[in-house]
Amino acid sequence: MKKLLSGNEAFALGAYHAGVMVASAYPGTPSTEILESIARFDDIYAEWSTNEKVAMELGLGAAYAGVRALVSMKQVGLNVASDPFMAASITGINGGLVVIVADDPGAHSTQNEQDTRHYAKLAKVPMLEPSDSQEAYDLMAIVFEISEEFDTPVLVRSSTRISHSKSVVEVNRSRAATTKQASFRHDVEKYVMLPVHARLRRPLIEERLVKLTAYAETFAYNQIIKGERHLGVVSSGVAYQYAREVFPEASFLKLGMTYPLPQNLLHQFAAQVDRVIVVEELDPFLQESMLAMGIKVSGKEFIPRIGELNPGIVEEAGYRAGLLAAPLRKKADLPQGLPGRPPVLCAGCPHAGIFFVLNTMGQRSKLLDARGKSEKEGKLIITGDIGCYTLATYPPLRAMDTTACMGAGIGQALGMEKAGVGSKVVAVIGDSTFLHSGITGVVDAVYNQAQVTIIILDNGTTAMTGHQDHPGTGISARGKKTKAVELERLVRGIGVEDVKVVDAFDMKALRAAVRSSIDNPELSVVIVRGACSVRLRKRSGPRAVDMDKCDDCETCLKLGCPAIQKLDEQVYIDVTMCAGDACTVCEQLCPKKAIGPLTAIGAEESR
Amino acid sequence: MKKRDLLMVGVGGQGIVLASDILGEVALAAGYDVKKTDTLGMAQRGGSVLSHVRIADKVWSPLIKEGDVDVLVAFEKLEAARWSYYLHAGGVAIVNNQSTPPLSVSLGTHRYPGDKEIEGTLRQRADRIYFVDGTDKAKELGDIRTLNMIMLGCVSFLLPIDADIWKDCISQRLSRKILKMNMAAFDKGREEMSSANLR
Repeated sequence: MKKLLSGNEAFALGAYHAGVMVASAYPGTPSTEILESIARFDDIYAEWSTNEKVAMELGLGAAYAGVRALVSMKQVGLNVASDPFMAASITGINGGLVVIVADDPGAHSTQNEQDTRHYAKLAKVPMLEPSDSQEAYDLMAIVFEISEEFDTPVLVRSSTRISHSKSVVEVNRSRAATTKQASFRHDVEKYVMLPVHARLRRPLIEERLVKLTAYAETFAYNQIIKGERHLGVVSSGVAYQYAREVFPEASFLKLGMTYPLPQNLLHQFAAQVDRVIVVEELDPFLQESMLAMGIKVSGKEFIPRIGELNPGIVEEAGYRAGLLAAPLRKKADLPQGLPGRPPVLCAGCPHAGIFFVLNTMGQRSKLLDARGKSEKEGKLIITGDIGCYTLATYPPLRAMDTTACMGAGIGQALGMEKAGVGSKVVAVIGDSTFLHSGITGVVDAVYNQAQVTIIILDNGTTAMTGHQDHPGTGISARGKKTKAVELERLVRGIGVEDVKVVDAFDMKALRAAVRSSIDNPELSVVIVRGACSVRLRKRSGPRAVDMDKCDDCETCLKLGCPAIQKLDEQVYIDVTMCAGDACTVCEQLCPKKAIGPLTAIGAEESR
Repeated sequence: MKKRDLLMVGVGGQGIVLASDILGEVALAAGYDVKKTDTLGMAQRGGSVLSHVRIADKVWSPLIKEGDVDVLVAFEKLEAARWSYYLHAGGVAIVNNQSTPPLSVSLGTHRYPGDKEIEGTLRQRADRIYFVDGTDKAKELGDIRTLNMIMLGCVSFLLPIDADIWKDCISQRLSRKILKMNMAAFDKGREEMSSANLR
């Protein structure tokens, strides 16, 4: 049966058919839908783990117990999970353990563009790369066998364009009928990595790599596609699709396994063609390996190492490398001077009010020039974190000074305070991010008597990745009710004495809570609670601007709410976007009381 | 049918991803190879959204090369202008008559382009431009969210694929409760195209 599946859906279906029993993940674009899709199958245990490290440990435990396990994450998630991942390499597994990591060339939704292939080399484990959804599905049938045969975790590298592209998949399998029952076999030399045992396992890892290299030589997805002799292209992943489109006549060596590499096959291919190039996304991983093998090859001399590739970029590279004749048709001029449309906080976002308060209290509008740089030190330093709220960096809210990685804002705030900055330091972190990796920062703050304020933005979901549940919501990945971890009890339990919980849509309360917390010389935590507006089921009472009262002061516009728009010198509220009664923040802010329910003001006066 | 590369553009929240998903499923059901991919950036709502849909006997890259787009389907006017350079010379544009000012326009740091500028930009590449009142028609149908099915109806007018296949695929993706209204929206889109303000 033919289906149109995204790479992530294909991974999930393929893994399900391969008899996976346990799947774990923490949401992260572009990997999120793997776990979401697999959680829809009944006879499988699937969970959102607290973070990628726990997800990896869970997968490892399941694999030790003899069943097949799938762990998925985005590329920076593997940084968080790298400790257990490296351990998995040395202990090996029992049931198959497969780790899908989705890279993000172009940094569409990530703080960096790290190339996960280096992790395969670091951990000495095999790395496979599908080039479309069909291969994502097909490879899942093989990777668990590789894992079990070679006693190793297997890395599968996806990318934004594999995970988030839909292509046709011939679904030709069904779930493996006999799945193993979990049972753990006591074996301390394999599973207890005391140094003495680790030293015993170490030679086995090198032997494993030699065997895997031999396997790669005849691996069916390392494939030579014969074309003309003048050009041979080595490629993998989605880059192969671009290269195939741009160089339709060329010969190809398409690599489904990019670590370890099939040395003989690469030499054989190089001997068959006049010139060898590598088309690969991000680092010259294949190219450097081939050069080290003594194969004359080029690639990154004309293929960019920064950003996502596309057929246009590969074609341009082909011109520069003299592989293609210059184009006949002229490219269109890029439209000039159009206003951009960067992502924004949604209408009715529970984060808008608190950032408005931080902006005004910190007098930040005065602080920053248009490029977000300033010589001055602010009245408040705001260390930020990863989530929708990172968008509050931009005008008009301009209320974030740092964002590094998940959970970093709290530690950064402590560092600034201990370094002795003159301003009060406030760390802002979302609920899911806090549970992911903010808790240990609070423990440090209590223990080392920090004087910062930590603001936890609790919108009751992992919003940016598409509304996944987390330990704070008490709903499982399968949508079942479980036990919720209560944030206020958690921080009080750690030892924070000044803990306030405040309504995200009550501007007076927000201002009072933030004021009293930053005035407190001791450590304080403010939990700002309000539901994500995208999850509002019923919207009622959209607001409108009463034109008779509005004096065009633009205070409401400083919230950055996309429903509040100004076109042709008139401020108005888009009723189709406004969250209405659930929000009312603009109404509370308006100095002229010109904003109210549309029903009270009437459409005539409002526009 | 020779290859068709379609680019659907608009603002996050307009239902572009669902519309392009259905378009892909229609192409598959009609026997073509198809690939589709979305560029969403970070936000749930409000940002610029872009869906590439490629239909042919065999498709390699999921991303369409700049200058190769046959049909640009714009749910919003500024986005139509922004992505017009993806069209090949002599391409077709379907443009929903709606202006959603981005924040920078509301804050007064940037200017929303006038209708003439938008049309002029499109005209550099497009031979045919269909302006449709999709947002107004969606409101008339009783739900702004039917805009994506109206736009899909417009697209169907330009592709040689039987209307029954379209309706089949739509009914597989939408819940029963909202199906009737969305089918009406799809028909409305087809109707709009036959009477569209073609320039």
